[in-house]
Amino acid sequence: MTIAATPSDIQEARIRRADHAAALAKKRHAAEWRFKMYGVIAIAISLAFLVILFTTIVRNGYSAFMQSAIRLDVNFDASEIDPSGQRNSQDLWNANYPKLASNALYSVLGVNPDDRLARRKANELLSRGIDTQLRKIVLADPSIIGQTRQVWVLAHGNVDAFLKGAISRDTPEENRQLNNQQVAWIDKLTADGLLAKTFNSGLFTFGASSQPETAGLGVAIIGSFFMMFTVLALAVPLGVAAALYLQEFAPKNRFTDLIEVNINNLAAVPSIVFGLLGLAVFINFLGLPRSASLVGGLVLTLMTLPTIIIATRAAINAVPPSIREAALGVGASKMQTVFHHVLPLAMPGILTGTIIGLAKALGETAPLLMIGMVAFVVDYPRTPLESATALPVQIYMWATEAERGFVERTAGATIVLLAFMLIMNAVAIVLRQRFARKW
Amino acid sequence: MTLSTLLLALAVIFIVAFVVGLSKARGLARGAPRSLHSRPGFYGGYLALWTVLPALFVVLIWASASPLVIDRLVRAELPPEAQAQSEGQIALIMGTIRSIAQGLPVMTAAETDEIRANPQKAREILGKSGVVLAADPQPFMLDRAQQLIDLTSFSRLAITGIATLLAVLGFSYAFTRIARTLRARNIVESITLAGLIAASTVAILTTAGIVLSVLFESLQFFHSVNLWEFLFGTVWDPRFSAPGRSGGAEGQFGLVPLLWGTLFISAIALLVAVPLGLYSAIYMSEYAAPRVRAVAKPLLEVLAGIPTIVYGFFALITVGPFLRDTGAHLGLDIAATSALSAGLVMGIMIIPFVSSLSDDIISAVPQALREGSYGLGATKSETIRRVVLPAALPGIVGAVLLAGSRAVGETMIVVLAAGIAANLTFNPFESVTTITVKIVSQLTGDLQFNTPQTLVAFALGLTLFLVTLALNVYALHIVRKYRELYE
Repeated sequence: MTIAATPSDIQEARIRRADHAAALAKKRHAAEWRFKMYGVIAIAISLAFLVILFTTIVRNGYSAFMQSAIRLDVNFDASEIDPSGQRNSQDLWNANYPKLASNALYSVLGVNPDDRLARRKANELLSRGIDTQLRKIVLADPSIIGQTRQVWVLAHGNVDAFLKGAISRDTPEENRQLNNQQVAWIDKLTADGLLAKTFNSGLFTFGASSQPETAGLGVAIIGSFFMMFTVLALAVPLGVAAALYLQEFAPKNRFTDLIEVNINNLAAVPSIVFGLLGLAVFINFLGLPRSASLVGGLVLTLMTLPTIIIATRAAINAVPPSIREAALGVGASKMQTVFHHVLPLAMPGILTGTIIGLAKALGETAPLLMIGMVAFVVDYPRTPLESATALPVQIYMWATEAERGFVERTAGATIVLLAFMLIMNAVAIVLRQRFARKW
Repeated sequence: MTLSTLLLALAVIFIVAFVVGLSKARGLARGAPRSLHSRPGFYGGYLALWTVLPALFVVLIWASASPLVIDRLVRAELPPEAQAQSEGQIALIMGTIRSIAQGLPVMTAAETDEIRANPQKAREILGKSGVVLAADPQPFMLDRAQQLIDLTSFSRLAITGIATLLAVLGFSYAFTRIARTLRARNIVESITLAGLIAASTVAILTTAGIVLSVLFESLQFFHSVNLWEFLFGTVWDPRFSAPGRSGGAEGQFGLVPLLWGTLFISAIALLVAVPLGLYSAIYMSEYAAPRVRAVAKPLLEVLAGIPTIVYGFFALITVGPFLRDTGAHLGLDIAATSALSAGLVMGIMIIPFVSSLSDDIISAVPQALREGSYGLGATKSETIRRVVLPAALPGIVGAVLLAGSRAVGETMIVVLAAGIAANLTFNPFESVTTITVKIVSQLTGDLQFNTPQTLVAFALGLTLFLVTLALNVYALHIVRKYRELYE
């Protein structure tokens, strides 16, 4: 039996096929839209992480830039500081400075000097860093002895945490680091305007300390500065020279291939391995001191070198051949062409690459741990051979401290580090845009 | 003169010699510069290089060798009972001698005599001039310290003399050779070229330094610990030889738990980074308008520029506690330092590595392939999935491997976020540890060197270096091969 397709059948099939095609197209377009959305979502999630990261750091860290201090009328009592009256530096050094501040505080709070418990509780409002603070004042100007001066002394970390809301008033007394009496005193001092938060310059000037309120980045900033200087002084000349050779002079042979492979691989070697190299070669073999910023600088130099070489080669490569040909055409030697024409034209690109490499080196932590830069350094290093720490290492050391006050300090230090890197990158971008040249 | 003043002096001499050579050449030219073979500056450079280079060379060699020689000489003079002691004890004695030598020059004669009379006062007296001694010095140490000072000053005098002599000789030789026909430019340029070549070998030297130093220390480690036990041991318990602790100094150094932890965390990181990075890359290269791309791409790359210590801190104070609390809500037991939190944060860090490399690779796929696909009626996403991605696949695999090698070698995130317990577990909610964490924990703190406990760090470093090297070489090979395919 044969079935003859009637015209209406054909019509129907056509419609069905058209419907099917329309449905299929709709499905395909939906798939298209979904696929595109995956991309949008992926970017959104990645950027959301970035935002969360920054807000966490800022939320935890902004308060580190303010520090609580108590205004006291300190009587620099001559009989207390310098009973002999000879202004002997040994005596001035060893005087009982905390007692001066305590006495001033007792009179403000109305503490009976015979009540030992009250005295101890009152003293707990003061930072242990007061010793250094007052000593510095006296040693700077011994004529102050015998006078009464108004001094903003550092408050204890707990007081600071209380004012910043990290220690809650609602916590039961037995679980609170400050008892009710101390809270009442803090309220009284605040009401009298004697206790206030001031800009925390100590964050930038103090050295290592076990108390959060007297711990600062001073040593770390100096150490990082020494290291950046070493990297700048060594990595830039070496890197530019190597890049010039590879890009302009090197013949294509086994040796230059080997150099290229090495540079590419070095750029991907884990940073901690560079630290092992530094430990084995610079410290154990060459006998350079541990924890010294010179060694840190040398290790970071080796790490930064590939970055600078790669950036410089790209910059040199961007200089058009016509420049070289013109210079050679008027009789310059190859060396003159490179140094008088190619290098100056590639300079903005080289600078940009250098700054980016430096910023990377500034944030590097792991290799510095290997060469013992995790030292407890109180005094400023005067030369790159003395013990120092670095900004990221200081962050690491504070991050592993248990006390609450250090979390704030760690986040504050992170803000400082990120600010430095932001500035460096901004300079790099400005340089690139300012001197970018279209050939 | 100290090394730094010597170098400074050489720098000044360099400038002076340059000026002298320049003016001599100008004098020779007598107003007709063309009569010279090279431009006058090259004569200056010729003279300056001849004057300074030999001296500089000798000074640098001397500076690196003389401390060792002086150390030997002082050691040889130590009394026999001191020499009979162990290497570590002798090193301590030498340290004390060096500290005394620092203090001696700043002391008055009376103080020096007093120390000689009763050595137990030495700490106090030296302390005044800022020199801290670990132990009371013995009388012979004072003599050796004096010898150290004498030798050092003699050595400084000698090198200053030799450097001066070489500079004078070099100067007079080169000065007499300056003539109109001297090919100064060729000489100066070949020296410059030699300098450039030397600079480019630093990369090779660094690699050689890494391999040799790590290998050398690892070999020492394998003297005391069997290679087999290291590679296939499943227990990590290095046992610091603390006094009073039984069981001896020998610990177990099994690599397996560390390697597992490293790969586990890296795998979690890639699980986060690959989908996010790849989809971001696809969107950026195929869909995004140029203006969106100009904003989003640098922002994503900020993620790669943030120091890893910041990620570590972020994981420690935010991600770890967040996961722990979320887990507690869901009835899951998630440790505050878990493989998951370390892997998650590390994944965020390597997103840009995946995305920007994949972006480059996807953009490099020839347009003709896409157009062919569109011509057959495929939609954009079908083209990407069926044509572009398969074509870009080898390159993307390379990018993922490179990102993986970053993850394997990453240190600070895992040090702060992954924990230190060497667990051999498949549970991402428990804490695991990695090779890098153990390198850090074995080498930080005041440890005695040359014990298996510290040397193992180098063996771990060697493992890490080899693993990442293999990943990198393979990945770069794939990427390069792929690039050549379409170029």
